[in-house]
Amino acid sequence: MSTAQQIPLVSYLHLTPSPRLVANECTSCGARFFDRRNACAGCFQTEFRPVDIPTTGVLKAFTIVAFAAPGVPVPFVAGIVDCGGTSVRGNVINTDPTPEKVSLGMKLRLATYSLGTDDEGVEAIGFGFEPA
Amino acid sequence: MATDDIYILGISMTKFGKHADKDIVDLGAEAAMAALRDGGVSMRDMGILAAGNLMGAGGYGQQLQKQIGQTGIPVYNVSNACATGATALRTAIMAVKSGEVRMGLAVGAEKLAGAGLLGGGGQGKKDSNKWEPKGRYGAVAPTDGRIGTDTMPGTFAQVGMEYGHKYGGVSFELFARISEKNHAHSTLNPMAAYQKRFTLEEIMGDMMIAYPNTRPMCSANCDGAAAAVVTSGEVLKTLSAEQRRRAIKVSASVLTTDPYQEACQILPDVNTLTRNAATIAYEQAGVSPSDLDLVELHDCFATAELVHYDNLMLCPEGGAVDFFMSGAPWRDGKTPVNVSGGLQSKGHPISATGIANIWEICHHLRGEAGDRQIKDAKVGLAHVIGLGSACGVHILERSAA
Repeated sequence: MSTAQQIPLVSYLHLTPSPRLVANECTSCGARFFDRRNACAGCFQTEFRPVDIPTTGVLKAFTIVAFAAPGVPVPFVAGIVDCGGTSVRGNVINTDPTPEKVSLGMKLRLATYSLGTDDEGVEAIGFGFEPA
Repeated sequence: MATDDIYILGISMTKFGKHADKDIVDLGAEAAMAALRDGGVSMRDMGILAAGNLMGAGGYGQQLQKQIGQTGIPVYNVSNACATGATALRTAIMAVKSGEVRMGLAVGAEKLAGAGLLGGGGQGKKDSNKWEPKGRYGAVAPTDGRIGTDTMPGTFAQVGMEYGHKYGGVSFELFARISEKNHAHSTLNPMAAYQKRFTLEEIMGDMMIAYPNTRPMCSANCDGAAAAVVTSGEVLKTLSAEQRRRAIKVSASVLTTDPYQEACQILPDVNTLTRNAATIAYEQAGVSPSDLDLVELHDCFATAELVHYDNLMLCPEGGAVDFFMSGAPWRDGKTPVNVSGGLQSKGHPISATGIANIWEICHHLRGEAGDRQIKDAKVGLAHVIGLGSACGVHILERSAA
């Protein structure tokens, strides 16, 4: 397994040496973006540096999606996680998708899972947040 | 009346609902002709047409002219998410305000009945046999449902829950009670797509779409159109006593987008731009939230209505739950909100919404709202927000003439 080739679901998920999310941070005002920017949306400066996002956080908003577009398995918990001051979008995983198990303010940590392996033996790795 | 004031001279909406036998041109034409008639004017008087439609193929304004009168005036085709109607109106207002035209016509129309779930990209296509990074995030597979949700009910559910995280006091039942209010209001509005009162139990027991929003807590996709004729105080002075009496003053017309805030690109920030628009609007109009006799705000989901009590400053910051629980936004309360039934029952034909909510306010200010008339209404506020984001706020006042 450790020798299998892996690819992240999105490029801002870095898998080695350990899974973490990496943002482009504006060197001027500190605003963070998970995709590319020509200029910072906050201060218009143009210098960015990659920064690791903390892998633990607090759930600050969520919904339990019961009705989704075709092909999306439901129910699932979509949430916004405050990771040390940086808001991250992700699903709450490895717990029942019910209001009894998911609550505002709950502590979470980054977790990864396999999306499957393609014809060339490459395994795609997704991420979510699980109860910490 | 000051010469540079802006007035709504005529305004109209079609009944919202299913119009299987009409297309967007038919619907827009019906609203436009009725607005012109309401204002006692014709296409010959119009100096500009601003035409809003979101889901169609484009060039809507020109199609509409061919249906109601081609005079060669400039057309501005407007598309600005759920704020499209308000943007069309604002476009016509700016043209009048600039002095380039004497009168302008704004129209918004949409066919949305049966459209189903909006916003979810889904994972309809089978994942490829080879993981290949694509797009702005280098995604090897669709992210809707894997990294949060793209659906509108889910997005706005999180907007309401985020408010709860910040200030406390929210619950499934609280949001359902907001929906209960709007459905109760709708029973007095014959223009609403749905006029059915629901009990709290019925709302909470209905099909869950995106917790805590059940189906009746979501805006109703439907067909409809609305239109308005605007003019200046200078022109209004030259018109008949009846036209002057029924004209409604546009005391504030504001359009904003979302300024950068932490997290605004993670979960749309529908708060800051609404608060900004409201602040500017109150300043422009010289009125305060306590002066408002009624408010039509963008309750695309029950979870959204709550945050806009706060954003429009109808309550102290963080006080939206208390505001609602006090009964204030019911039609017999301190600040009636969505006496039309709101988007949850009146319906939400996207581009029509931003003019139809102004029609609702005008109707009350003119004293023509029948069974649902808010007694002696003098000042009202209409608000819409479209994701992306765009926010329109208009403050309207009964004519002094």
